[in-house]
Amino acid sequence: MSNFNSIQQKILKSERLTEQESLVLFRDGNLYDLGFLADFVRWQKHPEPIVTYVIDRNINYTDICVSACKFCAFYKVPEDAEGEIISFEKLQNKIEETQKLGGTQILLQGGLHPDKQLEFYEDMLRFIKKTGIHIHGFSPPEICHFAKISRLSVAVVIERLRQAGLDSIPGGGAEILSDRVRNLAAPRKCSADEWIEVMRQAHLQGLKTTATMMFGHIETLEERLEHLLRVRDLQDETGGFTAFIPWPFQPDNTALADIPKTTSHDYLKMLSWSRIILDNIPNIQASWVTQGPKIAQVSLFFGANDFGSTMIEENVVAAAGVAFRLAEAEIRSLVEDAGFVPQQRTMDYSFVTAG
Amino acid sequence: MDYLVKNAGFGDILEKVHDGERLSIADGNRLFESPNLLAVGYLANIVRERKNGNNAYFIYNQHINYSNICTNLCKFCAFGKNRDSDLAYEMSVEDVRKKVLERISEPITEIHMVGGIHPDLPYSYYTDLLKVIKAERPDVHIQAFTCVEIAHLAEISGLGTVGVLEDLKKAGLGSIPGGGAEVFSPRIRQLTCEKKLPGSAWLEVAKTAHRLDLHTNATMLYGHIESIEERVEHLDMLRRAQDETGGFLAFIPLAFHPRNTELSKLSRTSGVDDLKNIAVARCFLDNFPHIKAYWVMIGQKLSQIALSFGADDVDGTVKEEIITHMAGAETEQAMSRDQLLRLIREAGRIPIERDTLYNVINSY
Repeated sequence: MSNFNSIQQKILKSERLTEQESLVLFRDGNLYDLGFLADFVRWQKHPEPIVTYVIDRNINYTDICVSACKFCAFYKVPEDAEGEIISFEKLQNKIEETQKLGGTQILLQGGLHPDKQLEFYEDMLRFIKKTGIHIHGFSPPEICHFAKISRLSVAVVIERLRQAGLDSIPGGGAEILSDRVRNLAAPRKCSADEWIEVMRQAHLQGLKTTATMMFGHIETLEERLEHLLRVRDLQDETGGFTAFIPWPFQPDNTALADIPKTTSHDYLKMLSWSRIILDNIPNIQASWVTQGPKIAQVSLFFGANDFGSTMIEENVVAAAGVAFRLAEAEIRSLVEDAGFVPQQRTMDYSFVTAG
Repeated sequence: MDYLVKNAGFGDILEKVHDGERLSIADGNRLFESPNLLAVGYLANIVRERKNGNNAYFIYNQHINYSNICTNLCKFCAFGKNRDSDLAYEMSVEDVRKKVLERISEPITEIHMVGGIHPDLPYSYYTDLLKVIKAERPDVHIQAFTCVEIAHLAEISGLGTVGVLEDLKKAGLGSIPGGGAEVFSPRIRQLTCEKKLPGSAWLEVAKTAHRLDLHTNATMLYGHIESIEERVEHLDMLRRAQDETGGFLAFIPLAFHPRNTELSKLSRTSGVDDLKNIAVARCFLDNFPHIKAYWVMIGQKLSQIALSFGADDVDGTVKEEIITHMAGAETEQAMSRDQLLRLIREAGRIPIERDTLYNVINSY
């Protein structure tokens, strides 16, 4: 117990915990121990009662993927006739719709296509860039894959994508940054070292990125911590991460469908723990897409200071944007109801002021 | 963590909670108004753990809603219908027997049965319902007929409240659910459910039942047009009644669901408000043994979190919940025992399967 007290005191004095202390904090701490401490860190980092969100659209340029990860329900193998690559015309329409709805960025991601060369992606970026929208695109596994297919270094790939219009890199594909877990669940995806190296190169070239973590499948608590510490170490080195987004594995329709879904209790503990351990990452996002509006709102008391993205979806936009407007209004009202001030932001967390 | 609660300005309430001293109405209002959700929850958790330790209760139950035909037609309700409505239904005594038989192989310990205020079903229908359930499942506990229905039955039978309760007990009634309390404030009842039994009369029925050794539950429908003061007034009236009789088992805050009601322009309750209603109730209702987070109302995810915010009960397997689902609830209609066990265990609590009166059936 005195050990636990000293752990609390260290956090309140903004001192880093040892690995052992970090594990004790999660294992022995109840929802209040973690919640209060995460809330303390949140207010230290963000003394204003503001909760941010971004209006953006998720665009998947292809679902064809050679990676075949066990936790994924999205991909099509290259032999599957139903696999698709998005047309430029469709891209254009989606972006125009996004901009009409006050959107500031697109999240551009896709499967690992077996044979598209780097030029294909450069052309896509140049085409999109004409619209002026912020391109948050190509997670580290995609960038590693482009490097391999085009026989170029990661640094050169990022340099060329940047010149073609890439503005920032999403933190997807991190899953759990532990090679034991990756070998079992996503053996064809880039290694933990490779993921970190893409982010290092991006940060060195002045691109901001986010970091994610997909937990609640086959990883141990020690491996969750390993993940957090790898992200924290790189942040110490580069300072290029804007936000961390932990989200629980969604087992339905995946090869790991037998694993029970992470409960909200574990989610809130994990969120709080992330806020406490990642003392050098400015923002922590709630995952309303996986947790629903009620728990996402409650997350604001467990370390989250950002509501993430409105995630405009095709079918929603087709209905003339009405549902989307409601979605933004709903985010704002959830934030206000919890006693905070909602604020639209861009990827780098600058506030969007025009209404 | 006590100092963080003191920092939130709740040092005085924390002291009262630690000493087991009763909170004032002003304390209740302050807790509801506080933006510090964690501090409010923390206080509630102290009371919760003192009263119920690490236990989290659930029940293996079946819901039967015998009819939705109703003369009250409250504005917050999507279930009650006029007799001529296309959506109106009425189960015969035989239908209810079939409902019971459909699940006769399951280890159900409670049948929860409520319905609308029907304009012309005879009193014998209601006693027949109880008898047919008991005939098929002699050991089951029947928790049926809210205080509003009891008052209606007292009237149509001509037996009066005491007489009808004694008669229903003889026919198999085991206890009375907490519905129909809504918000006791005459202002709210005038605006939303003017035909319904007044709050004071609801409390009289409950207290009369307690005196006849029938336990009851209590509810509050929150999140529509009521003020914080009206919520706390409601809790205060329940606390006084409980001081008199001690017959309430559990308090169950019910989240208003707007869809398909006359108040459909209002928004759904938020997670923060759901947790606050549970937490403030736990702090304020010092003489209620149990606070229930009814998962059908607030979702499985939030009901799990509620186990740290004052709740010690998540209701049960339910099945075929109709009333809240007609008002747009997106929750499942049933949970399995395994789902309930996992939800409770992952919250760090001990799952206890109980019967209606909170006797332990099984500890997991």
